[in-house]
Amino acid sequence: MTGASVFLDPASWRHIDWVLLAVSAWLLIGVAGVFGLHRLALVARVLFPAGGACGLLLFGVALSAIVSAPEVAVLPLGLPGLPFHFRLDSLSAFFLMIIGGVAAGVSAFAAGYFRKGEGTPPGLLALEYHIFLASMTLVVLADDAYAFMVMWETMALSSFFLVTANHRIVEIQRAGYLYLLIAHVGALGILLCFGILQADTGDYTFANMRSQEILPARASIAFLLALFGFGAKAGIVPLHVWLPEAHPAAPSPVSALMSAVMLKTAVYGVLRVVFDLLGTQLWWWSLVLLAVGLSTALFGVVFAAVQVDMKRLLAYSSIENIGLLFTGVGLAVLFSTHGMHLMAALALTAVLYHAASHAFFKGLLFVGTGAVLHATLERNLGKLGGLIRYMPWVAWAMLIGVLASAGLPPFGGFVSEWLLLQSFLFSPDLPSSFLNMLIPVVAALIALVAALAGYTMVKFFGVIFLGQPREEKLAQAHDAGRWERVGMAWLVAGCIALGLFPVQFIALIDPVTQLLVGSGLARTVSGSGWLLAPVAIERASYGPAIFLLGVAASFALAFLLVRIFYHGRVRRSAPWDCGFPWQNARMQDTAEGFGQPIRQIFEPFFRWERELPTAFDAEPRYRVSVTDHFWHWLYLPLATVVERLARLIGLLQQGRIAVYLLYSFVTLITVLVVVEL
Amino acid sequence: MSEFVAQLINLLASTLLILAFAMISQRRILSLIHLFTAQGATLVAATLVVGYATDQPHLYLSAGITLVVKVILIPLLLHRVINRLNVRWDIETLINIPTTMIIGIVLVIFAFDLALPISRLSASIARGTLGIALACVLLSFLMMITRAKAVPQVIGFLSMENGLFFAATSATYGMPMVVELGIALDVLVGILILGVFMFQIREQFDSLDISHLEKLKED
Repeated sequence: MTGASVFLDPASWRHIDWVLLAVSAWLLIGVAGVFGLHRLALVARVLFPAGGACGLLLFGVALSAIVSAPEVAVLPLGLPGLPFHFRLDSLSAFFLMIIGGVAAGVSAFAAGYFRKGEGTPPGLLALEYHIFLASMTLVVLADDAYAFMVMWETMALSSFFLVTANHRIVEIQRAGYLYLLIAHVGALGILLCFGILQADTGDYTFANMRSQEILPARASIAFLLALFGFGAKAGIVPLHVWLPEAHPAAPSPVSALMSAVMLKTAVYGVLRVVFDLLGTQLWWWSLVLLAVGLSTALFGVVFAAVQVDMKRLLAYSSIENIGLLFTGVGLAVLFSTHGMHLMAALALTAVLYHAASHAFFKGLLFVGTGAVLHATLERNLGKLGGLIRYMPWVAWAMLIGVLASAGLPPFGGFVSEWLLLQSFLFSPDLPSSFLNMLIPVVAALIALVAALAGYTMVKFFGVIFLGQPREEKLAQAHDAGRWERVGMAWLVAGCIALGLFPVQFIALIDPVTQLLVGSGLARTVSGSGWLLAPVAIERASYGPAIFLLGVAASFALAFLLVRIFYHGRVRRSAPWDCGFPWQNARMQDTAEGFGQPIRQIFEPFFRWERELPTAFDAEPRYRVSVTDHFWHWLYLPLATVVERLARLIGLLQQGRIAVYLLYSFVTLITVLVVVEL
Repeated sequence: MSEFVAQLINLLASTLLILAFAMISQRRILSLIHLFTAQGATLVAATLVVGYATDQPHLYLSAGITLVVKVILIPLLLHRVINRLNVRWDIETLINIPTTMIIGIVLVIFAFDLALPISRLSASIARGTLGIALACVLLSFLMMITRAKAVPQVIGFLSMENGLFFAATSATYGMPMVVELGIALDVLVGILILGVFMFQIREQFDSLDISHLEKLKED
């Protein structure tokens, strides 16, 4: 079959054709948005739902592509003689599944979310949004450095425009600029990395890079460049500064996509380079990855715990999760370089599992903040509270997201963090005594991070949804609309499914780990039925269904016991009034108050300023601001240096035509002299 | 015969060089335009002689274009500009004229030295004049640098183009016709734009002194 007949007959289409169809559909939807620039009804009721349907299509295709053989496609786009190579293998398919799955939910939510008066007209937003989705898909699909970089930059640019949707606000302009700057510095790192990987052959296809044998020193440089480049996009410390600025600035569905999906493309990039394009790994890379990952995770969660802006809090929580993912990758490299392939597969499974569950729960939480933001026009936790009464739908959906995010069973977050800790427990089998001593410390830190994440999530949910409303206007808050509910329900379903069917999902991940480290968990986990036992059933196992039954049973038992032994009458009274009957909303614990112990304990992490009111103030005010050390240690000095250098170059610019002419003249004479020599 | 023609070409070339020096030393704009016209006329004559001696009819055509554009059209335009702007007289230079002349002599020596190996390779009868052509280019450039007013700078730019044209004629019997037409058009368009530009400078600063443009610099 050749030529047009292939394209006329959908039965003969391969997976990659369907993926490209979804991408083209997204692009078409985006273009349609340009024609309906200000027609909100069209954009919201037709374009975004259609985009969501494409996401579903992508999700379905990717699910079946994970277990299929790799497929390639060459599109004669781009420069002449330099076509775009695309390849769909298990790793790409896994990330496509995340993109499609999250995009379906977020698009449905966005159909109800976007409205007029947010700076950018809705049609243009639809264009940027769908280009963003398409470019992320193609990043994951790219099979040569050229296509990869083009798509990577398209992704950065389209998301930049989405972040600055409300571009008339100065802080948003700043956030967008910072984001664009770091994204481009990172892209440079990636470009240089590809330059090393092609090993002076001039052939930038990934197939060529796979076949090259690179010296360890060059491979290490390539690895560090890749870590820098992808780390800038993922937000590893100290390249994280754009994240807490850009996420709150962007409209909520965009924050959801950026946090849930775009950060994952960076993880994809690291996996692709380290395990696929670089033929071999060195063991010390794992130490770098572990150090970077752990410091990122700890840093992210500690900062998340003290935030008072709900979207900033989630942004720092994303940094924390990225840290966990990088730690897992480091562990996989460690096991893999010591020849422990099954363990490497376990660590990698944990990474991929966590990538998927983070995508769903963080997407859910971000769209949930969007719903809260639209209902109350508030992002500040100090002005929210008690919303579970006015927005029950959003509150319950968010509760599930929060539980998953805190790593509690029976949701997806628990499984992935449990798998990660399990893989740490096998580190005593490592041949090096130094590593044997180091790894338990790392595991302890991971446990600390998980606990603090739980703490943060209690604060997040408790302050927004529980207690008394802190402002009077909150009583007018309305619940999410129809489309918003659909989107949230889909993401909730993802969180629950990831929690309840770990065995099936790990079987799905199996081809990916087979591809990357040559081993997989499918055989061991499928042997134990519904009980998840990653390595051996004697060592550790987890059955979400059993756990759920246990929780339900103990809950029911407690309820019954209380009913039986207590007198059975229902008494309504104010809880926690401690004998002081005149309570009001101001007396509740606040976000600042809840985070205060963490701020004290981890004081060296922060640079904070506090204004305490004195007893004689007419209008007592308490103000505390927490900023990042890295601004003052790294970014501001760097900015000063760059500014000085720019000033030196500025000396060239005198503003006199005669001087400019003299430059040309001197250049001309110099060139002539050189020619003569 | 060919000896005579070669001498004639050398004579015209040295006239070009002397005119270039004259332009450097000339303070008055009106005389500058006259000198520029004379340079154009010399160029036409040189092109005709080379075309006659080597039997290259397309050189006649380029001589014609040069005559129309550089001897008639552009001087007319320049006259109109200076009449409208009323800037016939006194121009101040950034470097004083004797110093400029000395720099000019150094440039001529450099240009000859540079052109020597190239002329050896050329089979053209006018090959000895390549150094002069190059010197004209450099001298015009120098003039652009040293002048403080906009009109002399434009004249310097045009005279540089003359030098380039002469270099092309002497080294390879002229450029291809398409290129030549293109350049002629470029020069014409360039002078129009620069004319508009000069009016704008005048309007903004009440003077044609380009040192006022320094104010445009961003701090």
